[in-house]
Amino acid sequence: MRIIYNLGAYVLLLRNTFTKPEKARIYWKRFIFEANAIGVESLGIVAIISLFTGGVTTINTAYQIVSALVKPSIIGAIVSDTNILEFSPTITCLVLAGKVGSNIATELGSMRVSEQIDALEVMGVNSAGYLIFPKIIAAVVVIPMLILISMGLSIYGGWFMGKATGIVTSNDFITGARSTFRTYTFIFAMIKSYSFSFIIASVSSYQGYHAGGSSLEVGRASTRAVVYSCVLILFADVILAKLLL
Amino acid sequence: MIELRGIKKNFGDKQVLRGIDAVFLPGKMNMIIGSSGSGKTVLMKCIVGLLTPDEGEVLYNGKDFTKLKYTEKRKLRQELGMLFQYSALFDSISVEDNVAFPLRLFTDTPEEKILERVNFCLAKVNLEKVNKLLPDEISGGMKKRVGIARAISLNPKYLFCDEPNSGLDPITSTVIDKLIKEITVDFGTTTIINTHDLNSVLEHGENIIFLHKGLKEWQGNAAEIRDTNNESLNEFIYASEMMREARGRNFK
Repeated sequence: MRIIYNLGAYVLLLRNTFTKPEKARIYWKRFIFEANAIGVESLGIVAIISLFTGGVTTINTAYQIVSALVKPSIIGAIVSDTNILEFSPTITCLVLAGKVGSNIATELGSMRVSEQIDALEVMGVNSAGYLIFPKIIAAVVVIPMLILISMGLSIYGGWFMGKATGIVTSNDFITGARSTFRTYTFIFAMIKSYSFSFIIASVSSYQGYHAGGSSLEVGRASTRAVVYSCVLILFADVILAKLLL
Repeated sequence: MIELRGIKKNFGDKQVLRGIDAVFLPGKMNMIIGSSGSGKTVLMKCIVGLLTPDEGEVLYNGKDFTKLKYTEKRKLRQELGMLFQYSALFDSISVEDNVAFPLRLFTDTPEEKILERVNFCLAKVNLEKVNKLLPDEISGGMKKRVGIARAISLNPKYLFCDEPNSGLDPITSTVIDKLIKEITVDFGTTTIINTHDLNSVLEHGENIIFLHKGLKEWQGNAAEIRDTNNESLNEFIYASEMMREARGRNFK
């Protein structure tokens, strides 16, 4: 019963979120603010994770397929495909669910506890639209950009690690990466990125917006935002892979 | 005029409001009093639409707020101003932006006129040189005054104040009370105050509603409250030693 209640409340919140904004100019300012908070401020952590993931993938792949029968260029193919298809969208979004998701839930939860959301409602402002709409749009615009950067950096990390450790030559790695690249893989990764971004922003907003009336509840809402976002991302990952691959 | 008819509100098995009928007088200082847990805040939230009553009607000039469409509710809410118990200022923006917020969102007023209005509202609550400060950088009393300035920025017909004096010292409380009274008189707003503060009740209460165990137990004005025979109300007013002594000295 609790799941049905939450699902209904989530759908209603989304309906209120996507109603006509009061004033587009104010929403634009909030979009820019959120895009900065979600995107620019996450760039560092995404870059670090991507470089290391790429590097480790190269080492692991080489360790598993050492054989005279296998061409070394296959390492480049596996590293680039794995990172584009899975690691960049999924791992990046799992990390962002922790960073961005908890941030969104805590911000909205604190606003709920300190009656700032009530103040918006009493003024006649559509609080869900004003607070959540710019976050969701910013997430859906900016997170896929982060994932594009992550794809590039993880392949670079893999190439660099291969070259630095002598596992695979630069030429072999690039040849391998180019040989298996398919546009559809890239499109599929971007579909995942948009879906995961929406999950992170909307689920975290829901948790924060409906947080209870104490600081303890804000903490719980933040934890729930991260856990539910991660589980839903993994769930969506499986569904999308099954449907689209 | 705001009129309540048979307002009931339950939370699970707990009956908080058990059928409240009341009329709030236009252009006057209306006060809702009662001990903690008597349902004052729930009643105020029902009036402003933050909670929906389980039964009953909240009539604004004869229109039932609970039955209005969402867009109609939002339009009516632009005629309401509310001062929250903990001010509820938006903590990520400056005092000036807080007061300007409703003006920027609901009017097409040019920015310079908005700033003029912001300065007028801040001057009305005796605040100067705080425009650029963040809410965290000002005192509790100042936050309340900024809250009032924000509430009156759109020149509301109805002003709601939830515990305006809570957490304030007696001198600041008096200042806040006088400000609210002044705004009520100057702008002709219908002011509804939820309070525990007997000083403000006795000094400014023009229409007082006493809630007890979810029911309206008494209604009258500041002069009548002193002579009431209502047992629960007397218990509430004369709960403190000081008030009992004052009564003994005929504090009228």
